[in-house]
Order: sequence, then C-alpha cells, then structure tokens
Amino acid sequence: MHEFSYEAPTTVDQAVKLLSADGDSARIICGGTDLLIQMRNAVRKPRLLVDVKAIPEMRQISFDPKTGLKLGAAVPCIEIHENQTMRKYYPGLTEAAHLIGSLQIQSRASIGGNLCNSSPAADTSPALLALGAVAKIAGPNGTREVPVEKFFTGPGQNVLQKGEIVVQILIAAPAPHSADRYIRMIPRNEMDIAIVGAGACVTLDGDKVTAARIGLGAVAPTPILAPKAAEYLIGKKLDEKTAERAGELAREAASPIDDMRGTAEYRRHVVGVLTRRALLGAAERARQN
Amino acid sequence: MDTPQTHQFKVIGTRPVRHDGLDKVIGRAKYGADYSFPGMLYGKVLRSPYAHARIKSINAEKALRLPGVKAVVTHDDFAPQTTAPVYRMGGEAAVNPLYLASNILAKDKVLYAGQGVAAVAATSPHIAEEALGLIEVEYEPLPIVLDVLDAMKPGAPIINTTIRRKERPDEETNIAGEFQFKRGDIEAGFKSADIIVEREFRTEMVHQGYIEPPNALGIFSGDGHATVYTSTQGPFDVRIMSATLLGLPEGSVKVVPAEIGGGFGAKLTVHIEPVALLLSKHAGGRPVKMVMTRTEMMRGATGPTSGSVLRVRMGATRDGKIVAAKCWFAYEAGAFPGSPVWLGCFTGLSPYNIDNFLVDGYDVLVNKPKTSSYRAPGATNAAFAVECVVDELAQRCGMDPLDFRIKNASREGTPSVMGPKFPRIGCVEVCEALKRSAHYQTPLAQVPGKYRGRGVAIGFWINGGMQSSAIVNVHADGTASLVTGSVDIGGSRASTAMVVAEVLGLRAEDVRPAVADTDSIGYTDGTGGSRVAFATGLAAYQAANDVVRQLKERAAKIWEISPEDVDWIDGKAVSKRNGVAPLTLKDLAPRLTRTGGPVTGRANVYATGVGPSFAGCLVDLEIDPDTAKVQVLRCTVVQDVGKAIHPSYVEGQMQGGTVQGLGWALNEEYVYDEKGNLRNASFLDYRMPTCLDLPMIDPVMVEVANPGHPLGVRGVGEVSIVPPPAAVANAVSAAVGTRITDLPISPPRLYRILAARHG
Repeated sequence: MHEFSYEAPTTVDQAVKLLSADGDSARIICGGTDLLIQMRNAVRKPRLLVDVKAIPEMRQISFDPKTGLKLGAAVPCIEIHENQTMRKYYPGLTEAAHLIGSLQIQSRASIGGNLCNSSPAADTSPALLALGAVAKIAGPNGTREVPVEKFFTGPGQNVLQKGEIVVQILIAAPAPHSADRYIRMIPRNEMDIAIVGAGACVTLDGDKVTAARIGLGAVAPTPILAPKAAEYLIGKKLDEKTAERAGELAREAASPIDDMRGTAEYRRHVVGVLTRRALLGAAERARQN
Repeated sequence: MDTPQTHQFKVIGTRPVRHDGLDKVIGRAKYGADYSFPGMLYGKVLRSPYAHARIKSINAEKALRLPGVKAVVTHDDFAPQTTAPVYRMGGEAAVNPLYLASNILAKDKVLYAGQGVAAVAATSPHIAEEALGLIEVEYEPLPIVLDVLDAMKPGAPIINTTIRRKERPDEETNIAGEFQFKRGDIEAGFKSADIIVEREFRTEMVHQGYIEPPNALGIFSGDGHATVYTSTQGPFDVRIMSATLLGLPEGSVKVVPAEIGGGFGAKLTVHIEPVALLLSKHAGGRPVKMVMTRTEMMRGATGPTSGSVLRVRMGATRDGKIVAAKCWFAYEAGAFPGSPVWLGCFTGLSPYNIDNFLVDGYDVLVNKPKTSSYRAPGATNAAFAVECVVDELAQRCGMDPLDFRIKNASREGTPSVMGPKFPRIGCVEVCEALKRSAHYQTPLAQVPGKYRGRGVAIGFWINGGMQSSAIVNVHADGTASLVTGSVDIGGSRASTAMVVAEVLGLRAEDVRPAVADTDSIGYTDGTGGSRVAFATGLAAYQAANDVVRQLKERAAKIWEISPEDVDWIDGKAVSKRNGVAPLTLKDLAPRLTRTGGPVTGRANVYATGVGPSFAGCLVDLEIDPDTAKVQVLRCTVVQDVGKAIHPSYVEGQMQGGTVQGLGWALNEEYVYDEKGNLRNASFLDYRMPTCLDLPMIDPVMVEVANPGHPLGVRGVGEVSIVPPPAAVANAVSAAVGTRITDLPISPPRLYRILAARHG
C-alpha cells in the first residue's frame, strides 16, 4: 500500500476543512471495509484519510415519533442491528444492515459508508430507497439534503462534491400500518454479495395499499426505485397475485448485466421473485403495526 | 486369527488430544508467514496482465533506483534450465525444470494472466510493491484460447510451439498428452447391452481454497548453502526443485517446514520458494520473505485444478450388469502440460468390474494457470461423469442405485483399469454400509412448494506409498520422541505418535512427535496421496520396533540372559526363562545409561502394499423453484478407512473432502472474461461453502483392513472428495426431473435448466 496521512477530526466543520484542503486526493474513512480493499488493490490512492468515527453526531441514532429518524452516517451496522428503536420502526433497513459481510464486518461498516461507496449491490441502499431516506450532506458551502434516489450517479459514483460529507441519514417516522422489508438473493446463505436485492415499504389501510415504495439493488448501474410496480399496488389488496404482478413490473425497471455473480436473465427473473417476497413480507409486518 | 480388526489395541482407535492442538488453538503455532529474521527483506512478484503475450523487454532500472529496493530478478537469473526431467516422489513424479522455472517467472512469453514476470526485494513490502509499478515490461499480446474444446481444434492459438502429438510430428498442437486404457471388445460389449446411456459433461476450473496463502522465507548463505522456511506439503520436493532452479547441489539446500494452513495437493510443488532464494542471492544473502496475497493465489500463481469436458457412454443388460463403457476425457492442463487426466482415466471406472471398456484422456493446454494437484487429483471430474451415467443406467434398469453398484462392484481379484488385480478392497462394504445407514433407510419427505431430491455416488482413489523415514528417541523419564519428515496436514503427528505409543506400551501423550527439516531426517516424500498415516506410519511402526529390539537387549543384559530369551508383550519386556517381573519402557528408560547408552530406533521405508480407498456419498437437497438455489439438507459419507488410528481425524478428513466436493458441485468455479482475466479472484466471489451452507456431514467409517500394512491402514485423506459432485448432480436430477450435466449447479445455471423445461 502507498503512503498516506491520517486525521481524525471531532467536528463536521473540521472534517469538511480537511477534505476541502487536500484537493481530490482526500478520502473519508469510516469502517474502511470498502476503502482499505480499494487501497490494497491500488484502485484508490488517497494521500489523506479523514476518519469520521470521532464525530459525535455521526455516531448517534436519534428517533422522534414526530420528526422521525436521524441516523448518524458513521454508526456501525452492528449497533443498528442491536438498537431496539431501529428494529421496531425500520426492521427492513435493520435486516439489510445485518446482512452486510460478517459480524466482524458489521462492527466496522456503516450505512453512510455503504451509501457513499455507491456500489449497485449495496445491501442497505434498496432499503433506504424503499423508506424514502434523505442524505444530509455537509460541505464547504453549508448543508444540503439529497433524497437517496437522487444520490447515485453511476457505479461507485454519487453527487458528493469536493469537501462534502454525508453526516446523517434522515427517515420519516413510519406511518401507522406501514412497515419495510429487505431481502436479497445470494448463492450462499451468508458472507456473500447480493446478486439481487429488493427493499419494500408498504402502508396499508385495512386491506388496501395506500403507499408503497420498492428499491432494487444489483440490477442496474445504481440502486434504483421501481415506481411503476409501486404505483400499481396503490388502492389494491396486497396478495400473492398482486405481488406477483408488481414483481413483473419491477422486472421492467431492471437493466441487469452478466457478471461473475450472475447472468442478466437470472437477475431479471429474481427481481420479480424478490419483489413479490419483499412486498408480502412488508405487508405482513404492516398488518401488525 | 489376530487381525487389525480383532486385535485389542490400547492406543490405536482412541481419540487423544492432538499434540499440536494447543499451539494451534491459541495461535502460538508458527506458520510460514510468522517467521522473521534480522535484516530481512520483503519480496513481491510482478505478474502478467495478459493471458498470452510475448515479452519484448523488461527494464528494471527505475525500480532499482527506488530507495529501499535491493534486488530485481527475472527468469534469466535462474540457472539455465532444460526440459530433461528431474524426478521426485521416489521417482514417480517427473518435473520439467524449464516449465517449472517458466511458470514461476516467465521466459520469453507469458501464458496466463497472473504468471510471474519479475520479482523485487525491498526493505518493506510497500516499497517492494511500489517498485513493481516501476518495472517496465513491453508485451506483444497474442491470441488466447480458454476453452478446452476450442484449444483442441485445428487452427487454435498455440501455447507451446514445441509440443507435438506422437502420430503427427509436423503439427503444432495444444494436446500435450494422451492416455488410453482398454480391455475386451468395446463394440461387442455395446452390442450385448440392452440399455445404453451416453452424455457429455462439463466442469470448470476450481481452486483448493486453502486458508493460508503460499509463502517462503529464503536465505542464500555466502558459503554455497541455502535455507528456505516455507509452508509446504513436500519439504524434500521444495529442496530438489529449488536446488535445480538455482543450480545448486540438492544437499546444499535446507528446507524447514513451517506449520501449514491447508494445501490439498497444491503445496507439493514450489510456487515462490526459488524466487525468495534468488532474491536473497541477489541481495547479498539477506533473508527475503514472500507471502502471496489471496488474489495472487487465486489468479493461479499456485495452480487450481482442471476444468474438463467428459463424454461417457455405458451399456448394461436389462438385469443390471454393465457390459461396456467408453470414456473420453479432456482436462485443462493450464499453461503447461500436466493435468491429472491420466488419473481420471484410471480412477473413473475403477469401482466397477467391466469386461469391455475404452478410456481416452487428453491433457490440453489453455491460457489459464498451470494446474496443481487437488485432493484425489483428476478423480473427481471423471467420477462426476461416470457416476451420473451409472445412476441413470440404474434408473433405466429399474434398480436401486446402490444395488446396481454392488452388482457391478470391483472386489478382491477384479483387474483394475490399469491391469493389476485389486487386493482386498472395500467397495462392496462401502455400498452396503450406505444402504444400511439411517439416512438411506429414511425416505426423503417431499414438501409443498419445493423440489427435493436424493442422490448417491461412489468414488475411488489409488492412494500413495513411497518413501518415509522415522526416528524414535527414548528419554530417561520413560517418554519418547518421534521425528519424521512428514508435514502434518491432517492430524498425522497424532496418528504416527499413537502407532509408536502402541508398540512401546506408552500413552499417546508420552510420545512427542516432531516434524524435522530436510537436514535432520532421512528422505521423506511429500504429504500427499493420502500416504502419511500409511507410509510414515509404517516407518514409525518399524522405528518403534527397532526400539523394542534394543530394549529387549537391555532387559537381557539386566537379567543376564540372552536377548533371544526376551519377548516384548503388550509393551513389556518379558523373560522366557525365569520368573522375573516384566520390564516396561518406563522401567528400562532410566537404566539405559548403564546398559549401553541412549536408545534410538530408526526406519527408512519405501512403502509398498498400498491399499486403495473407496467412498460413497448420500445427499438430500432442496431446491427453491423460484430462485433455483440448492440447499443441502442431509449428507452422509461412508468410507473404507482400513484401520482408523485416530478416528476423529479420519472422520475430519471424510467431512473435509465431502465439503470440498459439495462446493465443487454447487458454486465453485473460475470465471474468466474474454481476455482471460479471472473475474472472481477472492473468497467473496469464489464461493466455497461456509458452515452456514452445510448440514452436519455424517461420517460412517468402514474398516476393511489393508493386507499390505501391519496395522491394516489405508490412506484416508482424499477419496471423500470424489463422489459428492455426482451425488449432488444425481440428487438435483431426481428433484427436477432433468439430467444435470454441468458443474457447478449454481442458481443461474439451474434457473436456465428449469426455465427451459417450463418453456
């Protein structure tokens, strides 16, 4: 590995200054579960690493039933999994965080890192898309908020400008009778990377769907929403049949490729299967809320 | 009659804690990467980005100018090599030193992506890595061939222009070797068949997947001697190969074997040991340490095993007698000749007594890494094809798959595929034990919404004998030490020490086993071919008996009688003459000083009498019809183990091989892009099964004593990997109603089959 400097600021302002000062060769490090591999493989050669784990507001989970969730971007996935509020109100996002790598990896990896690494296959991204999450970004010109569906610009690419940091992830408090679910297809049972990931969030009024969002991973250059599939469900009863149809519509949103993890035809097929299962799973939870 | 099966052993067959266990559990055991020396340098290898290219020039000037860089070497720094073979493994394996050297550091051409081109030694691994980027190599890319059938076609890009087939001396070819076994009249055999099944199968290149990447620490001494510390299965193999590549006499290289984190055959050859020595030589004798990255290891600098195309045609009579078999096997050799196809040809049909067969095998060069051994090399591919066809034949005959196998099974006296008759073997016993197993006796329950299937297969492996040495030292406190040259890769320290303990009347804990370096023990072939418990165990047995002979002399001296009048019974010296109390080793040990001095037993063996092994695998699995993902629900492995010295480690071998076979069946494969780059050179994307993917593997040991060994021992390390891919394929075939012919049966592949079936 090449030589680099390391800083661990304790405020967002300091972090922004450090990042802004060092041209394009500074990188944020949180858990390092993606970045260190990229550095070892010489894919990235940052001269400065800015560690954000010492910034208190980036390490906190705060929830208010009115204003919703402020999830620190640097909170390790394992803390999300162990957090009772997260489990109760955002079970889908929580299970996504708990699928990343192994327990050891989850102790390092963060949702902010998963978001900013911007892999099309990131497990938490479809869950965030389904929840309508918003990234709160701090930068040299102040703060801005970007919905997750507008965050990604390509494989490994996003809207972050020089000096900018995702500080928190903001998610509205769940509506009554709503819930989320995330599932993925991997050839093994653990320790794997999604061939397809599907997140769904549904709100029910009695039997009828009043709101739905579906996020998909690993089937396009970025994690994507499947809006037609979600719109189709509005006003309908969510059952095997309608979920199947929504799955078919979700397939149309996907533009998968062949790679070493799976074929495009297989991925397209599995989008339908997982969308159906995620929707039914979310509805099952929503009925209990 | 007293046989190894009826004899009441005190130590053999028990399950003591292994002698090397604590150090391994707490992390104190020293593996190759744990060694370091003052003034040590770090070596790194520059590897080819091309799968096939001419090397036009290599310029290392900039790299040598980087502060901290102490040496840069290329192929030309090796001693000049020829193609004249160098023999190892007791003369049974020939190494082509030119190919060996060229595979490690390319000469003139690179033949696969990941092949070494140059190496650097520097004061830190980071500087060495940076220096690699400063070495300027000019390549002229050449056309590549990755597919084994494409490589056999006329007009294919030629990988080695000097290779010719015997009958076509004027034509360049990628067919580097041809093998044929035949018996009887194949045409007449098929004419007498009522049912004929013929299929073509395909398997992909797979890696052994050992945890510990290859490593070496080389010290080139100024006095013409050299020392290598390395995690190897074959210290004496490393010695001869390193000496040859460096142009040193064999005896001037000392190899110190470290603990080893898995090898499965791949660590029987050198990968970077000669490079570490070469760099040390060019850096003024400073120690040079090299540890491969996982990516280097996976890209093939260490040799995976062959992908293959396998065509099998078999005929049987209606009542279930196999009357003819025709096999055509083409194995990827990788970039240099030497796939295990001949072993596939030999082993594939070996479980069966067939009067008429013809087996053809081809060793085919492709622009992929040179293949290495992998647990029962060559046998798994062949068995996959043969056992799927046998399964289908049994089905078409309306017979139970195990009854069909028992009816056709090889037995004592059946001529093997190579000709010589089998000694006492356990093929039938394995099939019968599988039939009797609780697993087979319990029908597989179907569940709604899933496809479930059961599959069975058997497999054969020849096992190895060859050379081993052992020394047993008796200590004054009544304990003993055992010194061998066999690296302990599967519990062999425990099993060989138990053999010595049994003979000497000691507890297993009282015999301390050590693995010595190549200067400190007699020649010992590598830990491979399931040979250590058998052959090194035999040497240990004989060395212990050499101690017994001497202890009887000492007892005779004490009793003032003739040594002929002393027996050694149940670990005690017993006088035949008068009624004196017997003397144990513990009684005699403190009295050695005054009865003639220390006692050391030794033995050097070339072990013949090898007992081949059979194994059977039974698999239940479930398929998600929506995602085509296979989950193994239950798995039983039955193996003829001869005599289990330490049953836990025998069972461990059976389970380990089975798991590797299940991985091979379901998800493991090398995935290449069209340019010949390996796309999944990591344990993330090269998907070996984790413990979460597997049920408990139930091991059932069958003990059919090997008449060629005083304790009845057979090699147990390899054969369990042979049947699982076929067992899984047969189970999937049963579950979905379509014959599976291609490995791995990964979800995307199986989805395609299911989708085609549904139209």
